[in-house]
Amino acid sequence: MWDYIKLAVLGLVVVVAAIAASMARDLPYLVHMLVIMLASAVTLIWLIRRVGEPVPAANPNEYMDGPIRFGVIATALWGVVGFLVGVIIAFQLAWPNLNFEWAQGYLNFGRLRPLHTSAVIFAFGGNALIASAFYVVQRTSAARLWGGGLAWFVFWGYQLFIVMAATGYVLGSTQGNEYAEPEWLTDLWLTIVWVAFLLVFMGTIIKRREPHIYVANWFYMAFIVTVAMLHLINNLAIPVSLLGSKSVPVWSGVQSAMIQWWYGHNAVGFFLTAGFLGMMYYFIPKQAERPVYSYKLSIMHFWALIFLYIWAGPHHLHYTALPDWAQTLGMTFSIMLWMPSWGGMINGLMTLSGAWDKLRTDPIIRMMVVAVGFYGMATFEGPMMSIKAVNSLSHYTDWTIGHVHSGALGWNGMITFGMLYYLVPKLWQRQGLYSLRLVSWHFWLATIGIVLYAASMWVTGIMEGLMWREVDAQGFLVNSFADTVAAKFPMYVVRGLGGTLFLLGAIIMCYNLWKTVTSTAERSPARAGSAVPAE
Amino acid sequence: MGILDHHKKIETHATLLLVLSFLVVTIGGIVQIVPLFYLDNTIEKVEGMRPYSPLEIKGREIYLREGCYVCHSQMIRPMRDEVERYGHYSLAAESMYDHPFQWGSKRTGPDLARLGGRYSDDWHVQHMMDPRAVVPESIMPSYGFMMDRVLTRTDAEHVRDIMRVYRTLGHPYTDEMMENAITDFFAQVDEFGDPVADRYPGAQQRNFDGQPQLTEMDAIIAYMQMLGTLVDFETFVPVANR
Repeated sequence: MWDYIKLAVLGLVVVVAAIAASMARDLPYLVHMLVIMLASAVTLIWLIRRVGEPVPAANPNEYMDGPIRFGVIATALWGVVGFLVGVIIAFQLAWPNLNFEWAQGYLNFGRLRPLHTSAVIFAFGGNALIASAFYVVQRTSAARLWGGGLAWFVFWGYQLFIVMAATGYVLGSTQGNEYAEPEWLTDLWLTIVWVAFLLVFMGTIIKRREPHIYVANWFYMAFIVTVAMLHLINNLAIPVSLLGSKSVPVWSGVQSAMIQWWYGHNAVGFFLTAGFLGMMYYFIPKQAERPVYSYKLSIMHFWALIFLYIWAGPHHLHYTALPDWAQTLGMTFSIMLWMPSWGGMINGLMTLSGAWDKLRTDPIIRMMVVAVGFYGMATFEGPMMSIKAVNSLSHYTDWTIGHVHSGALGWNGMITFGMLYYLVPKLWQRQGLYSLRLVSWHFWLATIGIVLYAASMWVTGIMEGLMWREVDAQGFLVNSFADTVAAKFPMYVVRGLGGTLFLLGAIIMCYNLWKTVTSTAERSPARAGSAVPAE
Repeated sequence: MGILDHHKKIETHATLLLVLSFLVVTIGGIVQIVPLFYLDNTIEKVEGMRPYSPLEIKGREIYLREGCYVCHSQMIRPMRDEVERYGHYSLAAESMYDHPFQWGSKRTGPDLARLGGRYSDDWHVQHMMDPRAVVPESIMPSYGFMMDRVLTRTDAEHVRDIMRVYRTLGHPYTDEMMENAITDFFAQVDEFGDPVADRYPGAQQRNFDGQPQLTEMDAIIAYMQMLGTLVDFETFVPVANR
């Protein structure tokens, strides 16, 4: 019965999408409807072919690792795509002729930049978070994922969201809010997928066989629920037409600015921090084979972190038309945020007490430790930049870009690479990685890449900030804006080079993981009834 | 640390943990966002602000579509060099009709909050066609295709639909403005057409791109030429307690 309902719904979606496509008022909407039509048609055919076939009952004592395997592959692939677009736009800034004449309306910097940010944050980071959340919650709860096929829906639904967002950017469908660019249709779809994600995660925790909920899951839970709240409120919009991609966000002016950066900063705070801390709390102890350093510290820094982060948004709006009281609140809480952030860093680093020697022999743990190091650095730099006096110089400059990338490449990138190196042999039952030497190569390429990136952006950022404000003895501005652009050229080349090294490292990783799955020896089969708690 | 012992209750109860985390993360937003909707001094009372004309809306749509906001800010901070370089610092009132705000976060190119009237239409056309022809150091992409994209009645109707949504959201579009939306859309590039400024005070009306037909280039230049020109700063008095 349930199968037939699914078939009917999917068939209906195919027809409705086809009709909507034929009546589309603009190109992005047309393409989105075709994508939806295709996706549901493929699912429909796949389902029809299985109707009536006996379904092998899932063993409730076994973990559900299928969607995680796919998630791992998606993470690696989207990562390479996102880094590649990043490298392209970095060089576009150095050599504007790379905004090719023939692709003007599609591949100009303004359209590729949202593609880059979304690909790395939501496609690479999002897939890493979903896959690792599913992995961690099963191992730490000693329970199979709740909801049967719902986890598959989350995985494929999320990929559909990514494809819709990406095609939208290239075709010029955007709400005009940074990091929240997708239009109403894509936003609605993400909401559905996200609710399913929350259900699978919570359902698994509720049926856990461990009395305590492991600390990694606190962070994952806070991340999922907070992102849901931010996404819903920041993206409230009225579609101009149900047959067009365009909508009008309900917030305007100063309120829109405040809500956008409440969203934007907490995309950093919860997507890129809380969620990834969940990753840190599982994979570092596992790889180091040591318990988490301090249980009390994890309680305190968890509550402090999620409480304080949400206030930090206004530091993106210092000296703007946002009322002073809000700016001051934002600055104060941003500075306080330094403490819980370093609480997490200390808890992660100190987990290695007694296992520091592994840094010499295990390039994976080295990657994770450097990730936590970059986390600590970025969460010191952030509060510093949120001080109004510092911000008056750093705002609008490349310094901000450098700051973001030392967090994103250093912390999110490195911890995800570490996680992938840990997970692939486990998920495909291999005895170990294909090559630790290649992991070392990846480690050094990525680290040198980040250093080149961050250092060049510090230099251009501070330089342009100083050049903009320089006045001569008569009180006239010394530099025209164009002078500052010209002065940045060499550093833009260095930055592009740093990005290239980082991309190269990721490609080496993909090769290494591929070889691990295809040409290393299989591990002896796991023990029967193997749902063994992780701790 | 006796108090931490009580944490056992929370971390053994999934729903409790979920509800408590959710409550904790709502507080900051409530305190910072909600007052902005009712405190009187959030948006200054100024003379001259009006909603966008139909062609300006189209220009703004293009501005969003091309992602101009990723490189250009529209927010002048009250520092000496910025006021010197760009003009009077930006007011909250100046973006009250922007859904969403376009203050930006990065100046890869200069601030555009008071771009209006600073350069000629010809300069803008040249600059959009080939930025390095007029600013050799520029790293901006070219947008020459806008010269070829002719705007039709469908585009005008689309803008009218957007105005309808704006009106629902409280923009002071009158019935007269709504009825004339489509004619105004085309009239704004015709110097001898129905004066658009009657309905949209200060609206500039001329052939912006020098071509006989109405194109996206007209729309984007119409938008750029009005940026920051509306507020009458002779009557503006800053409020101290803001």
